[in-house]
Parts: sequence; structure tokens; C-alpha cells
Amino acid sequence: MKTKLSLLLFFFSAFMIESCVSKTPTHKEKLDLQELTKNQPEEHGAEVKPGDIQLTYPLNDQWVTEGKSIYDVKCSSCHKLTDEKLVGPGWKGVTKRRSPEWIINMVTNVDMMLEKDPVAQRLLEDCLVRMPNQNLNRDEARKVLEFQRKNDGE
Amino acid sequence: MSHRKLMASLALTAVAAGALYSCKPKGAQAAVSGDAAEKAYVAPGKYDEFYNIVSGGFNGQLGIYGIPSGRLFRVVPVFSQSTESGYGFSEETKPMLNTSHGFVPWDDLHHLAISETNGEHDGRWVFVNGNNTPRIARIDLSTFRTAEIIEIPNSAGNHSSPFITENSEYVVAGTRFSVPLDDQNGDVPINTYKQNFRGTVSFIHPDPTTGNMSIAFQIKTPGVNFDLARAGKGKSHGWMFFSCYNTEKANTLLEVNASAKDKDFIMAVNWKKAEEYLKAGKGKKEAVKYAHNVYNESTHTATSTMMNEVTTLDPKECPDMLYFIPCPKSPHGCDTDPTGEYIVGSGKLAALIPVFSFTKIQQAIANKTYDGDYDGIPVIKYDAALYGEVQKPGLGPLHTEFDGKGNAYTSMFVSSEIVKWNIKDLKVLDRVPTYYSIGHLSIPGGPTAKPYGKYVIAYNKITKDRYLPTGPELTQSAQLYDISGDKMKLILDFPTNGEPHYAEAIPASMLMSKQRKIYKIEENMHPFVAKGEGQTKVVRNGNRVDVYMTAIRSHLTPDNIEGVKIGDEVFFHVTNLEQDWDVPHGFAVKGANNAEILIMPGETQTLAFKPDRVGIFPFYCTDFCSALHQEMQGYLRVSPAGSNVALLFSTGKNNGATANPADSSKAKTTKP
Repeated sequence: MKTKLSLLLFFFSAFMIESCVSKTPTHKEKLDLQELTKNQPEEHGAEVKPGDIQLTYPLNDQWVTEGKSIYDVKCSSCHKLTDEKLVGPGWKGVTKRRSPEWIINMVTNVDMMLEKDPVAQRLLEDCLVRMPNQNLNRDEARKVLEFQRKNDGE
Repeated sequence: MSHRKLMASLALTAVAAGALYSCKPKGAQAAVSGDAAEKAYVAPGKYDEFYNIVSGGFNGQLGIYGIPSGRLFRVVPVFSQSTESGYGFSEETKPMLNTSHGFVPWDDLHHLAISETNGEHDGRWVFVNGNNTPRIARIDLSTFRTAEIIEIPNSAGNHSSPFITENSEYVVAGTRFSVPLDDQNGDVPINTYKQNFRGTVSFIHPDPTTGNMSIAFQIKTPGVNFDLARAGKGKSHGWMFFSCYNTEKANTLLEVNASAKDKDFIMAVNWKKAEEYLKAGKGKKEAVKYAHNVYNESTHTATSTMMNEVTTLDPKECPDMLYFIPCPKSPHGCDTDPTGEYIVGSGKLAALIPVFSFTKIQQAIANKTYDGDYDGIPVIKYDAALYGEVQKPGLGPLHTEFDGKGNAYTSMFVSSEIVKWNIKDLKVLDRVPTYYSIGHLSIPGGPTAKPYGKYVIAYNKITKDRYLPTGPELTQSAQLYDISGDKMKLILDFPTNGEPHYAEAIPASMLMSKQRKIYKIEENMHPFVAKGEGQTKVVRNGNRVDVYMTAIRSHLTPDNIEGVKIGDEVFFHVTNLEQDWDVPHGFAVKGANNAEILIMPGETQTLAFKPDRVGIFPFYCTDFCSALHQEMQGYLRVSPAGSNVALLFSTGKNNGATANPADSSKAKTTKP
């Protein structure tokens, strides 16, 4: 009996509440904000897959020059051109240690790399500073790679 | 349990439920409905549905809140220096607070208006008023920063502003105090008010593309006090309505002397007509002085320009431009409904709410149904303009907003309630208590042609007994009501930063996707930028020392600086090299008399520092930026005046800064 009564009371109060809120709001378009949380335009590029980056020979001199200017503004604070570690590892030999795709992803897609790439994760443990997203697009990252190749004596 | 008992329980429940939805203020608990928490709850990680942009009143700032949660996201400094962003402290932003009276770093911010296109919010800018030293500011809604401030000449107490027309053609500013105008001799006895004091209303034109403001024209008016305003819309587009009080033209004890008449006025301005007069050359250029301050997004620097001329229109030479509509009594709010047909006056001291009809006003003007004139301006007969009156709405009506479903919601300051009434039949439909002394109220999109009639938010002046007490000063607050049903239901209280005057709310989806995340370092045109550590340097020019410094997780470059002397002024120009969202760096140096600064990614900001003693002055990053944030620090060596310590700077390797008399005149540098 007690249960029945509670149920009844429950329905009764539910009805009372419902009767006051059932009118629909006047929005014309449905706002789907939670969708927006996932779809915010991100400067970061898509993942670069093996084979996506073509190395060309000889080096593209213009890319080397442009890559160097990008390095001066956005990378040199943390990466030396020698093998000396500053905030991040020195760049000497980086094009021998890592694949072109690894380097481009590290530049343009840090979050993804730190989430799933064991080498990137180990580097974070060493440096304790997340590699920042310096807002380079894939083309710019490619030019930096050309500059790194030059730095490695190619 | 017996049948009888069951019936009794049901009856009790019904009574309780009845009490729950009844209309009379019964104290805090009675007003909260059962599902309130659920309606205001925004789960962790989820977004609010609306941005609520709320005036901070005397703190000169804007608060940005989420609705329905009531969470505070940001405080935007406008007419105040900010101990969060460095606004008004950094060399770049100081010019924003310049006026014809010099640097005025604290003003009283009352109202705001979000830019509109076709009568609807377009989410580009929000305009706000500085009340005390008359100013209008424009805040960019992609950065939530103050982009521009223009001072208003011929004005004092810029209360009746800013209110915006339906395509943002104009933002208006009406003077609260009538005063001798700027080009008159103001050294007159105060009791010659009636002869010497004049009012003005200003029409400010924001450039449709850049938003940059200019004063298109000012209209000289009789010496009344302008209180609030609203633009016509739809059929009444081209008109602006200003409420005014003190039509008695009292100059002392206004509490009594400006409340003598039964009716004051709503001033209707035909601004399309004013434009015609301007074109016809009726505008008169007058000498005034006012500051126009603009923040440049590419140099990250504000400039202040002193302007010296304004165009005025005199109603004596411009007939059919101004009309007065009698309105009982000391009208405050003067709000146009979404169709533009109805203009609701809210006489603070009136026991009713008059609703005027735009159509009837036009007929009255056509038929010259006037009740004489006031200082040469036709006064339309009250009955000829009136659509009808809401009888016994409550005490102290102040402001009215609309839900787009034919209903109006009026705040009642004295009786502390919101009253919902139907515009067509003027019948009161519902009333809810507010805690306490509500001033403004806001419905998302409420002042536009397309309100989102889902919530109404009350902004309260008094909160005694509602929150944990904090000494003599208690928080001001807002209250959120669900108005999606027939009855308004209180669902949330939330404290506000400063005194909330007016506020507007806009769907989050209109602003979210256009938020600026970084300043691109490539586009940084600041004259003292260091684009990369290779460009960092320290340059002496007489007693001025410019430090071109960079910040990136987790070091400053240079971080060792020597050769600065007593008598020098050091300008730390700090460029944040980060290019990722939400990674600002801060900068502080020991003993700096003005402030600290905060630098957004890709931005350059400058802290000026005048050392007062010899010694080592540490500096560091003040915004926790990484695991090595605490290591982000450096040292400035200050030597006695006339010392021959050479100028040196470095990061990583300091090869020694031994005094070298021979070199003291030249800057010697060690590259990082």
C-alpha cells in the first residue's frame, strides 16, 4: 500500500511539474553546443601517415631558407642545432633518428603523438615540457624538415 | 493506509503543489521549484547554452557568465585598470583610458548593447557606456577585449546609452546631467540652470566593417535629464526613444524637486529626419575636445587621438525631428517590443505602466494632436499616443523585456518582483519575487526583434540573507527564471562581480566558433617585437633602456641583464613566442610601481620600470605555464648612476659583466 501511495504521489507531482514546462521554447534552429565542443576548428593538421611525405633530392634551397626563418621565430627557443638539449632535444641527427612522418606529426599534431607514440611519450618524460603547438601547417613543417636535413649535412 | 488517509495525503500534496506555483512572494523556499537544480545544471565538461554579458556597474568592467549555470568565465576590463590582464597598466593599453581630462582609470559602466543586423544580435561587438566621464566603448566579441573607446563631448553622466539601432547604424548616448555646453562659458551660477543648462543626445556611427566609431551628430535638447533609450525596430525603424526626467529643470534636491510633475516625457527622435537635415547642411560644427582611443590588433598597441570638433543639430532649425510624449512619472526604462509597434514607459513613481503605440504616435503627428510645446518642441497628447495602461502592475517599474511570444516582463524595484503581462490585452499574467530590489532584467535576445524566450534573468541590488555574509559589503546577484512555461520558475541564484546593471544574453553558438585563439607571431607588427630569440636584445638610448624579451615555456630571453643604472627607465617588451591556445605568460619585476603584465600567445606587451635602488632585481613569469614554470625567472642588475658597468644581456651563458670603463659608452652584447 505504501509503495502504491508513493507511486501515486510521484505521478501526481510529476504531472504538476510537467504541466508547467511542456511548452516548447521558441528556438528556430536547434542549438547543438555539445557538438561544437568536438568540432571546433583546430589549427592542428590531420595525422601524417607513412608515405605521405616525399623526400626530394637535392634539397630545395628555398624551403631550407624558409624553414630556417620559421626555426628562428618558433623553434630556436627550445631546440639547438647541435646535439645539446635545451628545453627540447638538440636537432643534430634528428632526421637520421626519426622518420619524416614522425617529425611532421610531432610539429603539427603534438596531442596525438603524446597520446599514442611511445618515443614522444619518453621524450616528454625526459624534458617535462610538452612540445608546444607552434601553429605550423603541414607545408611549413615540411620546410622546417628541409632545414633539419640541411642541418644534418644532407 | 486507509482510503481516507490516501485522499488526505493527495489533498495535502495538491495544496503543497498549489503553494509551489502560487504567485505571491512567500520567502525563498516557496519560490524554488522541485526540478530547479536539473534545469540549471551543466555537467562537468559541458557547455552553457548562452553567454550572459553583464555590466559590472561601478567596477567599470563586464562579467561574462554562462546560462543556465551562472558560472563566471571572465571579467573584461573596459573603464578600469585590470590586475589580471595588465589592461590600463601596460604601455600599450594605457592610452585606452585617456580622456580630455587626462588618464581616467575608473569609470562607472551601466548599460550594454550587442551589435545587431536586421534587428537581431549578430555577435560582433558589444558597446558599453562609461557613465561618469562620458565615454562609449566597443568590445570585440572574438577576443573579449576592449577595442575602442570614444569620449562624448557636451555630456555629463552618460547614462542614457548605449542603445543601438537595428542594423547598428547608430549607438546613441544621452546625457544624464544637462550642463552648459562645452563651447559656452560654464562659469555661471548654478541657479541659472533654466537659462544656461542644455542637454544633448549623441548618435555614434560604428563603421559596418571595422566597428570604428565616430560621432555622426549631436542633437541639442532642452535641459532635462536623459535616463534610458531604445531604438525603434521594424515599422518604427528610423526612430529612437529616450526617457527623460527632471522636466521641472530643478537644480537642487531632485529627489523632491524633479518629482513635482505628474508626467515627464519620452523624447521621440526621428533620426532619418536628422540625417536629412545633415545632408541639407543644417549641421553646425562646434569646437569641443574629446579623446578617441583605438587598440590596433596588429601592433598590439592603442593610440589616443584628441578630437576637436563635433557636428550639432539644433531642433529650432530642424522641425519634425523631435517630439515629446508625456509619460507618468519620472520614466526610467523606455522599451520597444519585438514588432516595434509598442513602446513601454516605466515610470519609477507611477502606479501603472503606459504602453504607447507607434502607429498612434504617427497619426498624432500627422494630425498635430499636440498639447502645446516644451521649449518649442511639440508635446503629443498623452491619449493620442497611448495604446493602453497596465493597471496595478506592482511598485517601482523599471525595465521591460520581451519573450517574442507576445508577453512583456517588467522589473519592479520597490516590490521586488518580475511581472509578466500580455502586450495586447495589458493583463498581468504572472508575478515572481526577486531577492531583492531588482534593477534590470534580461531575456536572451530580449531587446531584439527575435527574443529567445526561454529564460529571464533578474539583476538584484540587495542580497541580504541570500548568501554567506562577507563583512559590510555583500555580493550582488542575479537570479535565473525559466519562462518556457506559463509560469515563471526560479531555478538559480548566482553572485555577480560588481553591481549588475543591464545585461544581454546571446546563444553560445554565435560566439564560440569565432573566438580568437592566438595572435600569429608572423603578423605581430609591434615596434618592439622580438620574433624569435635571435631578435632579443637590450638597447640603450640616453636614459631609456628597451629590453626586447621573449617568453616561451619555460624561460625568458634574456634572463641576465646588466648595465642598467639608477635614473634609467627600463621598458620590458615581452613577446610571447607560444602559438598555442591558452598559453599566456606573465611578467613581473621586483619593485615595479605600476603593475605586472600578462601576454597572450604571439602578443607583445610592455612593462615600464624605473629602478629606485642599486641591487639585483629578480623577474619572473607570473602565470603557471609548465612543469618548469617556477624556473622561468631572471635577474636585472642595477648599478649606481654614472657607473661604468657595460650593458650586457644573455641567456644560458653569462660570460661575466666585469666593469669595463673603456666600453661603458657602447652596448656590448653576448648572444644567447
